[in-house]
Amino acid sequence: MASKRSYTRRDALRVISGASALSLIPGWAWAQTKLTVGVIYVGPRDDYGYNQAQAQAAAALKKLPGIKVVEQEKVPETTDVQKTMASMIEQDGATLLFPTSFGYFDPHMLKMAEKYPKVRFAHCGGMWTEGKHPKNTGSYFGYIDECQYLNGIVAAHVSKSKKIGFIAAKPIPQVLRNCNAFLMGARSVDPKITCQLIVTGDWSLPVKEAEAVNSMVDQGVDVITCHVDSPKVVVETAEKRGIYSCGYHANQAALAPKGYLTGAEWNWLTVYQQHVKDALSGAPFKNFVRGGLKEGFVKMSAYGKAVPDAAKKKADATKAAMLKGDYVIFKGPLKDNTGKEVIAAGAALKQTDPVLEQMNYLVEGVVGKV
Amino acid sequence: MTDLGWWGVPLGVLGGALRVSTPFLFVSLGECITEKSGRINLGLEGIMVMGAMAGYAVSLASGNPWLGVLAAGFAGLALGLLHGLICNLARVNDIAVGIGLMLFGTGFAFFLGKPYIQPKAPNLPAFSLGGWSELPQVQAALQVSPLLLIGIALAFALAWALCNTRWGLVLRMVGDSSDAARAMGYNVNLVRTLATAAGGLLAGVGGSFLSLYYPGSWTEGLSSGQGLMAVALVIFARWNPVYCFYAALMFGGAGSLGPALQSVGITSGYYLYNAAPYVLTLAIMLATCSPTRTLAGAPGELSIVR
Repeated sequence: MASKRSYTRRDALRVISGASALSLIPGWAWAQTKLTVGVIYVGPRDDYGYNQAQAQAAAALKKLPGIKVVEQEKVPETTDVQKTMASMIEQDGATLLFPTSFGYFDPHMLKMAEKYPKVRFAHCGGMWTEGKHPKNTGSYFGYIDECQYLNGIVAAHVSKSKKIGFIAAKPIPQVLRNCNAFLMGARSVDPKITCQLIVTGDWSLPVKEAEAVNSMVDQGVDVITCHVDSPKVVVETAEKRGIYSCGYHANQAALAPKGYLTGAEWNWLTVYQQHVKDALSGAPFKNFVRGGLKEGFVKMSAYGKAVPDAAKKKADATKAAMLKGDYVIFKGPLKDNTGKEVIAAGAALKQTDPVLEQMNYLVEGVVGKV
Repeated sequence: MTDLGWWGVPLGVLGGALRVSTPFLFVSLGECITEKSGRINLGLEGIMVMGAMAGYAVSLASGNPWLGVLAAGFAGLALGLLHGLICNLARVNDIAVGIGLMLFGTGFAFFLGKPYIQPKAPNLPAFSLGGWSELPQVQAALQVSPLLLIGIALAFALAWALCNTRWGLVLRMVGDSSDAARAMGYNVNLVRTLATAAGGLLAGVGGSFLSLYYPGSWTEGLSSGQGLMAVALVIFARWNPVYCFYAALMFGGAGSLGPALQSVGITSGYYLYNAAPYVLTLAIMLATCSPTRTLAGAPGELSIVR
C-alpha cells in the first residue's frame, strides 16, 4: 500500500546544504558579538523624556564594535518584565541588562538575578543596598538636582514676576530634591523668588499637566520646569502661553524655540559604557554607581535665545565649581517651608550623602505641600 | 500681569471646563446614540485613541488639521462599524466585544503611532471669546476650540432629533423594544449597526481634539481613561444629549480644580481634589438613584438595565 519513498542524491544535498546554511547564521553572529546588552523601557523610546534619555545611550552603545543591543519598549512593571528579561537572557544571550524603570527592581529584577547569577543587572534608581541585595544586581543614578539648580539660576534671571513653577508627578524624594534645587538655584540670584509646586498624581497625565501649566500662568508664574515622564506637553503648553520653560530628562528645545531656556538632561552613556567595559574585561560588577556633572552622568541643554549674558555667566561659574566637585547645594542653615530647620547651621551635605536620597521636605519659598 | 488671587480658581475651573470637556462631550454623544439603539460600546476609549493617532498623522502629512479631524472621524467610523457588525452575530455579547475593541484600538494606535510621537503636526485654530476683557488670564480661559462649538450644536440638534424626527423615533424604538421595531418592519440590526458606527465617528473626532487641540500632541498616555469616563457619563446624564453637554462641562471643570487650587496655594489634600470628578459622580448617583424603579430614560433593550 504505502509506496516506498526513495531518497535521491539531490534530496541529500538539499538537506545538507540547508542545515549548513542554518548553522552558519548563529556561528557568524557568535564570531562578531562579544557582548549582548538588553535594555528595557517602561514607555516609548521617543517620549522626549525619561525613556528617550535611556534610549539615546543604548543607541550609542550599538555603534561600538562587538556589542549587540536588544531593546524592548513599553514593558509594564509586572511579571511581564520578568518574561522580557528571561527571553533576553535565554534567546538573545544577553549577559548585561539595563531594566530602566523604578518599579522593575523589587521583586522582578531580584527574582531574575537569583535565577541567573551570571548575568549582570544594572537598575536605574536608588534601590540597591549593600548586604541586602545580590552582588550581580546594582543601581545607577545621577545627581540631576545639580542641573535643576543651574536651571533655577537661569530662570531667576528671566523671571519678571519672581514666581517660578514646578510640576511634579509624585512627591517622592528624587522629585522633591529637584524642586528644592530649582528654587535654591533661583534664590541664589534673588532671595525673594518663590516656586509654585503642582502635583499631578501620576507619571504620565498629559491633560492634567497642561491644566497645571495653564493655572500657573494665570497666577503669574513665568518660568516652568517639571519632573514627569515626558515633559513634552508641559514645554509645549508653556510655549503656547508665551512663558519660559526649562527642560528635564532630555532636550526639548525643538518643542519651544522661543521660550526654552536650558534643561537638565541625563547622560546615561557614561554609565552604560562603564558597565560594558567591566563586563567585557570580566571586572567585578559595580553595584553602587552615582555621579553628577563632574562624572558626566548629567548635562545641560544648550542655552536658548532668551537667556541673557548675565545668566549664562553666573550659571557657567556655578557649573565650573560643580565640575570641580566642591560645590555644595544643600547646606545649613536650611529651613523647610513650614519653618522647621532641616539642615543645621554649619552642616553641609555633599551630593553623595545618602541622607539626601531620603528628602521629604520642601525648602522655604516653595509653595506647596508634600 | 494682574494678580487674580482667589479669582484664579473659578476662572481656572471655567477655563478647564472649556478646554477639557470637548472629548468627553463627543465621546458621550457618540455613546448616547449607540446606547439609544440598545447596544453598549465600551470600546470608545480605543476608538478615541485611534482617532487621536489618525488625526495627528493625517494633519502632519497634509498640513491641514481639519483633514486630520476628518480622518479621525473615518477611523472611528470604521472601528464603530466593526463593533456593530460583530455584535450582529447571534449570541455575541456587546460588552465583551467592546472591551476587546478597546484593547485592540489602543494597541493598534500605539503600533501605528510610533513614528508620530516626535514630529509636530499643525494644530486646530482657536476662537477667542475673551476680547472684551483686558485681563490676559480671562482671554486665555475663553480661548474656545471650534470643535467645542460644533459639539454643543450637535448636542442640542441630537436632543431635538431624537424626539422630533422619524430617524430619532426609529432609533429609540429599536432601543426600547426590538419586537415592536420588527413588527413595524424595521431592520433592528441595521439600525444598531448604523448607530454604533455613528457613535464611533463622534468618538474618533473627540480623539482628534486631544491630539490636535488640547494638549495638542500625540503621546501614548494621551487619553488616560477619558473615553471610559465618557461612557459612564452617558448613564450619569440619563441618555439625554443636552445633559451630556452639562456633564462634560462639569467633568472638565472638576478635573482642573486640583491644579487651580494648588496654584493659589491650597496645597493640602490635592489627591482628594484630583478625585473631585469621581466623588461628584458618586454623590449625584447616590442622590438620584431609587430602588423602586429603573433609571429614567434608560433604553429598555440595553443589556445593563435588562
